[in-house]
Amino acid sequence: MLNYSILIEHWDMYMQGFTNTLKSSFLALISSLALGTIIAVFRIAPVRPLNWLGTAYVEFIRNIPLILIVFVFFVGLPTIGIRLDSFTAGTLGLTVYTAAFIAEVIRAGILAVPKGQMEAGRSSGLTYLQTMRYIILPQAIKMVIPPLGNQFINLVKNSSVLGVIAGLDLMYFGDLISSETFVTFDVYIFVAMFYLILTVPLSLGVGFLERRLARSR
Amino acid sequence: MNLKNMWKKIIGIGLATMLSAIALVGCSSSETSTGSKENDSKTTEAPATESTLDKIKERGKLIVGVKYDLNLFGLKNPQTGEVEGFDIDIAKGLAKKILGDENKIELKEVTSKTRIPMLNNGEIDAIIATMTITEERKKEVDFSDVYFMAGQSLLVKKDSKINSIKDIKKGVTVLTAKGSTSAQNIREKAPEATVLEFENYAEAFTALKAGQGDALTTDNALLYGMAKQDPNYRVVDETFTEEPYGIAVRKGDQELLNVINEYLKELKASGEYDKIYEKWIGEKPKQ
Repeated sequence: MLNYSILIEHWDMYMQGFTNTLKSSFLALISSLALGTIIAVFRIAPVRPLNWLGTAYVEFIRNIPLILIVFVFFVGLPTIGIRLDSFTAGTLGLTVYTAAFIAEVIRAGILAVPKGQMEAGRSSGLTYLQTMRYIILPQAIKMVIPPLGNQFINLVKNSSVLGVIAGLDLMYFGDLISSETFVTFDVYIFVAMFYLILTVPLSLGVGFLERRLARSR
Repeated sequence: MNLKNMWKKIIGIGLATMLSAIALVGCSSSETSTGSKENDSKTTEAPATESTLDKIKERGKLIVGVKYDLNLFGLKNPQTGEVEGFDIDIAKGLAKKILGDENKIELKEVTSKTRIPMLNNGEIDAIIATMTITEERKKEVDFSDVYFMAGQSLLVKKDSKINSIKDIKKGVTVLTAKGSTSAQNIREKAPEATVLEFENYAEAFTALKAGQGDALTTDNALLYGMAKQDPNYRVVDETFTEEPYGIAVRKGDQELLNVINEYLKELKASGEYDKIYEKWIGEKPKQ
């Protein structure tokens, strides 16, 4: 049986970690979705320099380890005078990293919308951005819900990277509790349970959204 | 059609085995709780009948857990690839005492976090890794006599206003490593301060250099090593704890413990201990 007294005795630490993981994931989710969408639009916009910029971002960021990006924010930025606390640095790193993947997902979704849609929008007098905003993106969103859900679940799990830079998240407190009690297995099982509390509803929610949008199509 | 069915079957069987494997692992580890799985698969000897000392002699080498990231105590030299330091010299001497040859030794990297689990699951015979003897840890492992007397202190920037533990007040951020006694001590002595714990002292020092904290706290012996690396930092003179380092063995390994204690006595009597001490710390041990 699991040693539940560990969970009870260290409840405060687990809760603090859980709250911070939730906060960090939520913030990173919203901002990476926004940043990812912008980069996706950059990548397919009919403006060459923007294409290059978007491609450079995606290829550079998604091909280096997340922990490195986080370290850049945590110990790299201070060398040029910008100091972020570990939570902020971790969440920012997470956002920047996830945005690259989200951009690719959204780009694929936009490209899957038939070309005629854009042409129809443009010929009825809408600008490029308007067509994007009102015609293309709403259709693309439906197609990208499942892969986006995957990215969000990965994001929650990836937020454990905060533990390495003392970001006060679930993983950080898991490490502390385990080193304090010398119990490894049980402590991390509880950590896993807290992650599941976040990720399972997320994947159920994505599934629900997927079904609803499929019906409305 | 047939092929498709076959695949379905294969996947089904695969899933079933995976699930049962997970269930089995779950059972066994919750029963033993310390997780002695390693013991069963790696070392085939029956642990009950054979003592660790016999095993070491049979194997012909001593396996010691040491730090790889601590200047002066256990540091992997990037040029030679060798691990060097005070702890390493003590470990080599022990190998000589048991097996007659200081090279009959295998060093394994441990951290404050991994050393007790690694000792208890049989991966290493002893821990010589700047490990402070505490009552809490005595419940998990057995300790030898003290082989190094350290004290906790603070590493700060050269021009820092922090000169004593009394200067660690509210709003001051102190960095240290996860699972260390230093973290517990600083929380007791300066409850108002913010304490951030990192994977190891190298990372904590990196964070300090990046300005992510005002001071780094651990045993002074380790801080001297860091100050040596980067002259922009200094060690505060005062120590605010006594940290006796001991060699740890598995609980109940009395035979090995006796040999270790005997070895430490001989080492001190022969003057060899003073030599090792001076070689790494740069001064004679205080008596």
